[in-house]
Amino acid sequence: MSLMNWIDKRIPFSNTMKLHVTEYPAPKNFNFWYLMGSLAIVVLVNQIVTGIWLTMSYNPSAEGAFASVEYIMRDVEYGWLLRYMHSTGASAFFVVVYLHMFRGLMYGSYQKPRELLWIFGMLIFLVLMAEAFMGYLLPWGQMSYWGAQVIISLFGAIPIIGDDLTTWIRGDYVISGATLNRFFALHVIALPLVLVILVFLHLIALHEVGSNNPDGIDIKKPKGSVPEEEQAKFKFHERYTSKYDIVDAIPFHPYYTVKDIVGLVVFLILCSLVIFYAPTMGGFFLEPPNFQAADPMVTPEHIAPVWYFTPFYAILRAVPDKLTGVILMFGAIVMLALIPWLDRAKARSVRYRSTLHKVNLTQFAISFVILGYLGAMPATDLYTFIARVCTILYFGFFIALFFYSKNEKIKPLPERLTK
Amino acid sequence: MMKRFLMALALLIPATVLAAGYSGPLDKANIDQSDKASLQRGAQIYMNYCLGCHSMEYQRYQRTFEDLGIPVDLGEEFLQFTGDGPGSHKFSAIDRDSAPEWFGLAPPDLTMVARVRGADWLYTFFRSFYVDDSRPFGVNNEVFDNVGMPWVLEEMQGVPRKTYERRMVDGEMREVYVGIKSDGTGRLSEEEFDQAMLDLTNFLVYTGEPMILERQRLGMFVIGFLLVLLVLSILLKKEYWRDVK
Repeated sequence: MSLMNWIDKRIPFSNTMKLHVTEYPAPKNFNFWYLMGSLAIVVLVNQIVTGIWLTMSYNPSAEGAFASVEYIMRDVEYGWLLRYMHSTGASAFFVVVYLHMFRGLMYGSYQKPRELLWIFGMLIFLVLMAEAFMGYLLPWGQMSYWGAQVIISLFGAIPIIGDDLTTWIRGDYVISGATLNRFFALHVIALPLVLVILVFLHLIALHEVGSNNPDGIDIKKPKGSVPEEEQAKFKFHERYTSKYDIVDAIPFHPYYTVKDIVGLVVFLILCSLVIFYAPTMGGFFLEPPNFQAADPMVTPEHIAPVWYFTPFYAILRAVPDKLTGVILMFGAIVMLALIPWLDRAKARSVRYRSTLHKVNLTQFAISFVILGYLGAMPATDLYTFIARVCTILYFGFFIALFFYSKNEKIKPLPERLTK
Repeated sequence: MMKRFLMALALLIPATVLAAGYSGPLDKANIDQSDKASLQRGAQIYMNYCLGCHSMEYQRYQRTFEDLGIPVDLGEEFLQFTGDGPGSHKFSAIDRDSAPEWFGLAPPDLTMVARVRGADWLYTFFRSFYVDDSRPFGVNNEVFDNVGMPWVLEEMQGVPRKTYERRMVDGEMREVYVGIKSDGTGRLSEEEFDQAMLDLTNFLVYTGEPMILERQRLGMFVIGFLLVLLVLSILLKKEYWRDVK
């Protein structure tokens, strides 16, 4: 213990551990949806670690990139495992992040006082999309090349500066080795650094306001309002207990660490099934044309972005005018970021909200999934029509929410967590 | 400016590439990656008939020999026609500068063709060449319309022709297309040829992802370990959560 003392006199190690881990009060009713945050951190670590090892053998040049990926797959010991862990991890990242975001929508985790926490989350989502997009160019396959071509050309729709902007992004008049080199730099150092900083801020903000829960009821009550025997029976850091009476809470460690480990192992089993038995996931995680080296002279018959971009891609394609489409595509994300101020209801969790809200949230989720499907398919007349309907429903969710939430009839809120 | 440039690029694309879209039915390729004899026969066909034009520049000879259970000295003697030694990648013998002039397009590398096209597509493609005198090489392909290569396996299959039969359809006698049939001049019977094409497909699936078997084997250990860990972690969780009411 003397070593611990020595350390604690020099850096607040024990106190920080208590404040954020062993004596951090977490609501005792977390369910399945509350696993996603810790899973996202595990995936982030996986991406960084496998990414470092991939970088050791990857060659970021137009001439050597594709061959170096195959070198990793064939000649590097367990290189195939590193690569599949990284490619599966990219998709898994979006799976858990989308579920994490939907959890926030269901339980009103963006409402006061968690607006900034939500904004940091949205920034993480944006950086993650940029990170994934740039990473997808690196294998230098056909879909890498043409997918990037399509997405970068979107910026060309911006009036006046559009064409110059796309040239500036590419560093060339077409996607070339120059583009690959700068995307590599951004993918392996700039964006991961920003991502890690944002995740740190996201966690700091979370621990400042405390976790929400499936009931959306506060576990921190005003000091002196709860009789001693009704308060949670665990030791929490005095930083929390000096200001609040804490009810229905348990320390994050060991209770949620041991629970998260169960969820993590299930998650790892699911990821292993993909990595070892379906690494391309039927063409959704790794697209077949990407096993062909990039060829600027040959356009693939059907260019589809990777699945996690398809909902937004479908919105883009649903609009006949390119500029409006680009605006709506980014607007779809802006609307999400604005939701703390669009939702004016007096209850957080969907459990206590009106039937109208439940219907609205459900149609939003369904529309998002359908848009995701449509974005991966070739645009036929019927599909374009459905994409338009779903785009209206997507934005309709936010607009309707803004109007009905103000005077929404909510169910009576309980004083304490229900289960 | 950009648009015009892309248009110009598009005009350069030879017709053979655009014609690759085929959405008809494919025959199921019942391949078995653990069947080393089949993979060896496939390798033999590839090295003798395909490698002359189609390189496999991401796959090494030695890796192939080891994975397929071929002694390296035998492999070098009977299967290796290019490269310096068994450590070399499988480059083709074709003159890369002249090839585009001869075929309109350089014959593509086929290391990962099975990952791009799928095994069923390949198996069907090999069995879908037919005589078409309007084409420069005298053959066409049902799956890959206007294919830009000669039918190099004619010696094995015989001359494949689109065959029609007179049949009763809706009360009328009509010429009905019944598929592609060999004229029987090939070295192999129809069944033998189908098996050979299955072997070739099997080999191409192997080169697309030579670690398939290792990947599946390792997966069992990893998932087995995780299942044990799952049981332990559930017990641990239950033990701790007894405190929580």
